[in-house]
Amino acid sequence: MYDFAYHRPSSVADAVKLLASDPDAKVMSGGMTLIPTLKQRLARPSAIIDLSGIRDLVGISVSAGAVTIKAMTTHAAVAASAEVKKAIPALAAMAEHIGDAQVRNRGTIGGSIANHDPAADYPGAVLALGATVHTNTRKIAADDFFTGMFSTALAPDELVTAVEFPIPEKAAYVKFPNPASRYAMVGVFVAKGPAGVRVAVTGAGANGVFRHTAMEEALAKNWSPDALHDVGTAEEGLNGDIHASKEYRAHLVGVMAKRAVAKAG
Amino acid sequence: MPKVSLTVNGKPASAEVENRTLLVELLREHLRLTGTHVGCDTSQCGACVVHVNGASVKSCTMLAVQCEGAEVVTIEGLAAPDGTLHPMQEAFREYHALQCGFCTPGMVMSAIDLVQRNPQGLSDREIREGLEGNLCRCTGYHNIVRAIAAAQQVMHGKVKELPRAAE
Repeated sequence: MYDFAYHRPSSVADAVKLLASDPDAKVMSGGMTLIPTLKQRLARPSAIIDLSGIRDLVGISVSAGAVTIKAMTTHAAVAASAEVKKAIPALAAMAEHIGDAQVRNRGTIGGSIANHDPAADYPGAVLALGATVHTNTRKIAADDFFTGMFSTALAPDELVTAVEFPIPEKAAYVKFPNPASRYAMVGVFVAKGPAGVRVAVTGAGANGVFRHTAMEEALAKNWSPDALHDVGTAEEGLNGDIHASKEYRAHLVGVMAKRAVAKAG
Repeated sequence: MPKVSLTVNGKPASAEVENRTLLVELLREHLRLTGTHVGCDTSQCGACVVHVNGASVKSCTMLAVQCEGAEVVTIEGLAAPDGTLHPMQEAFREYHALQCGFCTPGMVMSAIDLVQRNPQGLSDREIREGLEGNLCRCTGYHNIVRAIAAAQQVMHGKVKELPRAAE
């Protein structure tokens, strides 16, 4: 690991100020992706701006129609939250199966979506539930937030502060983990709620998470696994690698989606 | 160089480190607590698991400077001052939950966090799933699962003495 300056601001305003003053600085939330990246010398930031000192960025609140999770809330906290389990059980269940227990104790929702790893689980939930991403300057709809693999609509000096999830009528997430790494080779999050029927696919797309509109249309007419029987998934735009070909991933999208609808009930 | 001050195994500790120094390097190289192991160095194997403010973490994937003011517990901090083992350590011994022993410190630290977070008790399957972040290449996990299943009974006060392994 190359050395770097280290800052641990105690407010979002201070973090943004530090970030704006140094274009080569990197923000760290849980560090579960960034620290391994630094160790492999794949990145050489001038400074690390560690958000873990900002108490304002931790917490979960539930209103009549939405669950709001602040950016530095860990996966373990979401998985264990009685409020989330009650309001959006699919979200708590998804958080409970990210990485392993130690990763869940450190990794955060804000870090996961700002990083937008194509195999990450959270982007699927954010997109399928039609969530709104809150930043220090604005609110961004999930449909506008994820712009490509490892890229988002965030400006260079913009920070995710919270994610607001409308409470769905039904939702479920099913993934096919890589047998070795346990990362999602394909994960499908389905939801039926205030934002309509939405199906988001993670793990499969070469540009990160995406919506499967053909499945959404079929499920809007008939919410059942059978409705997906004849809905195919184009191989174009999918990832193909040593773990799974495009063809296999396209097939898995269909299987995971059917299982997710069955699970959602 | 930055100075980091923290509590390790109940005692104050401090060291001058680089910003890039990992928590595991602080523990092993600065504080000479070599019970915490480095296996893969890529956040996968779990040999380096310690507790930071009560939560199990992979100390190869956390910076030492992030632990300013934190309470850290390592495998060296589990046994009582008179040498009495923690119930989890005792269970690992009783059930022979190790062969080479390299993964054992991390296994024990992860297992304690897992049991503490699940006061309702864990099935064998849940124990196996809970150990996802810890790799053992010797045992096939069988005796590790048995040890944790036995230790949780002591830790939750269900039994006074560790159930003995069958002869």
